Amino acid sequence: MTLPDQPEPPPHALLQPAPTGRPDTGARRALWLGMLLLALGGVLGLASLAVGSTGVEPLANVLGALAHLLTGGEPGARAADQALFAQIVWDIRAPRTLGAFLAGALLGLAGAVAQGLFRNPLADPFLLGSASGATLGVAGALALLGVSPMTTHWVVRLGMTGSAFVGAVLAVLLTLLLAKGVQHTLRLLLAGVVVGVVLGAFTSLVTLLTPDILQAMQGFMLGSTGFVGWAAVGIMAGAWVPCVGVALAFSRVLDGLSLGEATAASLGLPLGALRVALVGVLALATGTAVAQTGLIAFVGLAAPHLVRSAVKTTHARLLALSSLMGGVLLLLADTLARGVMAPQELPVGVLTAVLGGGYLLWLMHRRVG
Amino acid sequence: MSAGRVLCQWGVLARVVELRLASVLWLVLAGWMGSSAWAYDVVDDRGRTVTFTAPPQRVVSLLPSLTETVCELGQCSRLVGVDRYSNFPAAVQKLPQLGGGLDPNIEAVVAVRPDLVLVAASSRAAERMEALGVRVVVLEPKTHADVQRVLRKVAQALGQPVAEADKVWRHIDAAVSAAAQSLPASARGTRVYFEVNRAPYGAGASSFIGETLTRLGVKNILGPELGPFPKLNPEFVVRANPDVIMVGARNASGMTDRPGWKAMRAIAGNRLCVFSLEESDVLVRPGPRMAEAARLMAGCVARQGAPA
Repeated sequence: MTLPDQPEPPPHALLQPAPTGRPDTGARRALWLGMLLLALGGVLGLASLAVGSTGVEPLANVLGALAHLLTGGEPGARAADQALFAQIVWDIRAPRTLGAFLAGALLGLAGAVAQGLFRNPLADPFLLGSASGATLGVAGALALLGVSPMTTHWVVRLGMTGSAFVGAVLAVLLTLLLAKGVQHTLRLLLAGVVVGVVLGAFTSLVTLLTPDILQAMQGFMLGSTGFVGWAAVGIMAGAWVPCVGVALAFSRVLDGLSLGEATAASLGLPLGALRVALVGVLALATGTAVAQTGLIAFVGLAAPHLVRSAVKTTHARLLALSSLMGGVLLLLADTLARGVMAPQELPVGVLTAVLGGGYLLWLMHRRVG
Repeated sequence: MSAGRVLCQWGVLARVVELRLASVLWLVLAGWMGSSAWAYDVVDDRGRTVTFTAPPQRVVSLLPSLTETVCELGQCSRLVGVDRYSNFPAAVQKLPQLGGGLDPNIEAVVAVRPDLVLVAASSRAAERMEALGVRVVVLEPKTHADVQRVLRKVAQALGQPVAEADKVWRHIDAAVSAAAQSLPASARGTRVYFEVNRAPYGAGASSFIGETLTRLGVKNILGPELGPFPKLNPEFVVRANPDVIMVGARNASGMTDRPGWKAMRAIAGNRLCVFSLEESDVLVRPGPRMAEAARLMAGCVARQGAPA
């Protein structure tokens, strides 16, 4: 990931969403960055198809396997092997690759939305308690599994994914309830923090009382794309489209909001509608991503910052680019997570934190130094 | 086992008789068996030497496998408290629960006035309890060899003859061998995947479960180079295509829906052994019930397994 050369911005620019500079250069740079990220995503996608439990395989083998699927394969002693490999590439690696990108895209988008909505560069997608809600959902489901036929039946019907999603959405609703609606940003923020802490405590309690779920919980908290199949890809894509649509529709209002809440209100911008819509986007995007891939740290926080460090632009472009950046970041992390010590896997959350955090620190010091 | 019961009856007697009388009785017994003098030392898994002036009569165990070990030695009646996860044998369920192994309720432990606390090395509580004047022996069973070693250590700490522990171990060991021999020759070499939890972590060859699989003569798809509990890429399991999958009830749901897993031999042929919560306790605890664990796994392989 290299960045085009850029003029030295003021030190606080890294944390400033406000667009500066001539608009046409901003637009051009945004376009370039977008194309760069798409190209990077494509290259990483192919690389990701070649990385699996046996380490890195030649891309020719992978393409051969996909061709095998299309042509029905050639007869011979190796046919069974090839069928298995084709199945692994198509049923496991391909949805995993797309799923990692989509989950990253959802988190990147949610991060940009949260930072714009709360006008706070430290806002991350899990701000409204969705992460702790999802974790509690999963902990509860794991703890209830196998305890009695009744509870097992219900948990199996809901599934881990369903429990995580329900937990995430209920936590956001609880936050809204405690904040008495969305009128006050600060109240929303504080309620989110309280819900996060309290639900986190309940999760710890459940985990402590049923210690055999401890390791599985740790796995969930560090995130994994290991079980993303085509259905999960469909769900994430289905959530991403309306989320991006709604976020983009309100991007001009976000631009106005960056001037301050009072100014934005005096301009007659529909702040109420904005909050309702964007809280909805936050809940849907994070809930979907967390349910499918667990808690993946830092992508949502880092992606918008990485975009802003490259281009100063309007919220419309920032939202779209953050989404792309999140996707690329998570795809890169996931590919590495699978490849580094195959057939064992590193938890992908560890790598997103190291990659995203390291890059952000490097950027920060380059600017200061 | 039968010798264990006899000793257990001794223990029951000891509880009925007044405490002072009981210790005199133990002294006489110990002198009669000639295995332990008045004072004796036990070196625990921290390498610390713990000194006993008399065999302890009020024992607290803060690890389920240690609780089971004490009872297997026939000394269940000496237990005055256990951790909240100790649930076997049934007798210990009536004892006061003194918190968990990792988060023991120190006050409650001290309140039952134990003269010996058995605890795992992973617990931070050992030093705190020692500072409060409680005698602590730290033991960490992880492997088959550890089970034998811990049996001897617990016997020593309780002032029991080590020969008794060795006898119990020979019973366990023979029962594991019997479980292995119960498998038909055709089931040998069945390729097994044991999933510890849904992250997914599998049981590697060097884990306690893996050692039992090796004893049974079946083949673990996870080699020793992966360590005891590797976090796997799910793709690895699909590629290895095991004949049989073993998993606990808590982690079984949704397994067949994982991407690409349906076509696997074990799942397509429904060669899946799902162990109940009680059975899972037996399987994962490195303790005296390891022969029962071996029987459970052998039963599974005999039902489901036939190498392709």
